[in-house]
Amino acid sequence: MTAAIELRGLRREYGERPALAGVDVSLALGESLLVLGPNGSGKTTLLRILATLLRPSGGEARVFGASLPGDAWKVRGRIGLLGHDALLYRDLSARENLRFHARLHGLRGEAAEARIGELLAAVAMERRADDRVAELSAGMRQRIAACRCVLHEPDLLLLDEPDSNLDAEGRELVGGLVGPAAGRARVLVSHDPERHRGEADRVLELGVGGAVAEAAGAA
Amino acid sequence: MTPSRSAFAAILGKDLTAELRTLQSLPAMALFAVTTFVIFRFGLDRTALSGSLAAGVLWATLLFAAILGVNRLFVAEREEGGFDAIRLAPIDRTAVFAAKVAALLVYLLALELVAVPVFAIFFLDSAAALLPLALVLALADLGLAATGTLISSMAVNSRARDLLVPLVLLPLAVPLSIAATGALEPLLAVGGPAYERFGTWLAVLCLYDLVFLLVGYAVFDFLLED
Repeated sequence: MTAAIELRGLRREYGERPALAGVDVSLALGESLLVLGPNGSGKTTLLRILATLLRPSGGEARVFGASLPGDAWKVRGRIGLLGHDALLYRDLSARENLRFHARLHGLRGEAAEARIGELLAAVAMERRADDRVAELSAGMRQRIAACRCVLHEPDLLLLDEPDSNLDAEGRELVGGLVGPAAGRARVLVSHDPERHRGEADRVLELGVGGAVAEAAGAA
Repeated sequence: MTPSRSAFAAILGKDLTAELRTLQSLPAMALFAVTTFVIFRFGLDRTALSGSLAAGVLWATLLFAAILGVNRLFVAEREEGGFDAIRLAPIDRTAVFAAKVAALLVYLLALELVAVPVFAIFFLDSAAALLPLALVLALADLGLAATGTLISSMAVNSRARDLLVPLVLLPLAVPLSIAATGALEPLLAVGGPAYERFGTWLAVLCLYDLVFLLVGYAVFDFLLED
């Protein structure tokens, strides 16, 4: 069976400065990888490489068997990214943003509307769905961003601090969308390991400068 | 992969909806053009223009007004993460280029709907040239939209975006300007429109459009990469 993610000696430098220095890890479909590390340890860089948004400087990165960056086009559309930026247009409403992303991912018409309605209900945002994103609070934007991330039912979720700006209710609702599920892999970056360690099958700990401090199954 | 037509419609629709809602580009472009005509009107102290002077005033004003729209074409993508969203989607990047060219073309046509009548009121004795003039401007707009989209996508990641766009775009627009004013000059001649070498200049405009649309098709994918 093809691994969801397979990294061998993955490196990334920004000029002279190393951000990732030889990451080896693999992840099967249905598993979750928790990525830990201090600021500047390359966690976000790792997610951006897996999302096909950044080219590795060296080593090998495969997502669903496709080698990155050359075969990135084969796996785009199977990946959902929930990062520091919500990737939502401020001047469009939440619903318009989700419609836009649905069309980019080939979802149209009633199927798209039904999926959008279902997701907005899942994060309790139906009443504010037609407000412009600029008028929403940071926590509300994060809920909509979570909807955007899973709208096209990706097989790989890349989650960079998914709880950012969320209150307790928001964390629970968003957790329902992006939590562990059979049939999809997750890579989760968190500064709150105790909260997420229980749902992780594997843990990757990065040191400053992207050195791999530890890669192991979860305790 | 998502069909290109669907991606094209989504991106174009998003851009036009956002512009209609915020009016960040079009009013500034139109106001700039009208103000420039007022300055020419009093600066030249002429109530009528014809021939090469009329062609030059009209085209230079439209070109500089267009730069305001070109500058802002990718700002939402840059500031609101749209580039990442588009790059994550399983779409042909050519659809992004085509949609942005189409959006800029709509802005330029809307600009001319305001600017050309004002120009005619200020400087023309008759409206006989307006119909063939629309054809010339439409062809020139397509070339300007293709070039402007390319330059805007390259400059948007720079902090000196507002400087880079005119510095790079204007030299690239020189052949376009020569052809556009060459085609406009006989149309705005004293005594009504003439069609001397009109077809030749239209052919040059078509060639310019084709070259920059093909360049955009060939390189836009690389411009979106990190």
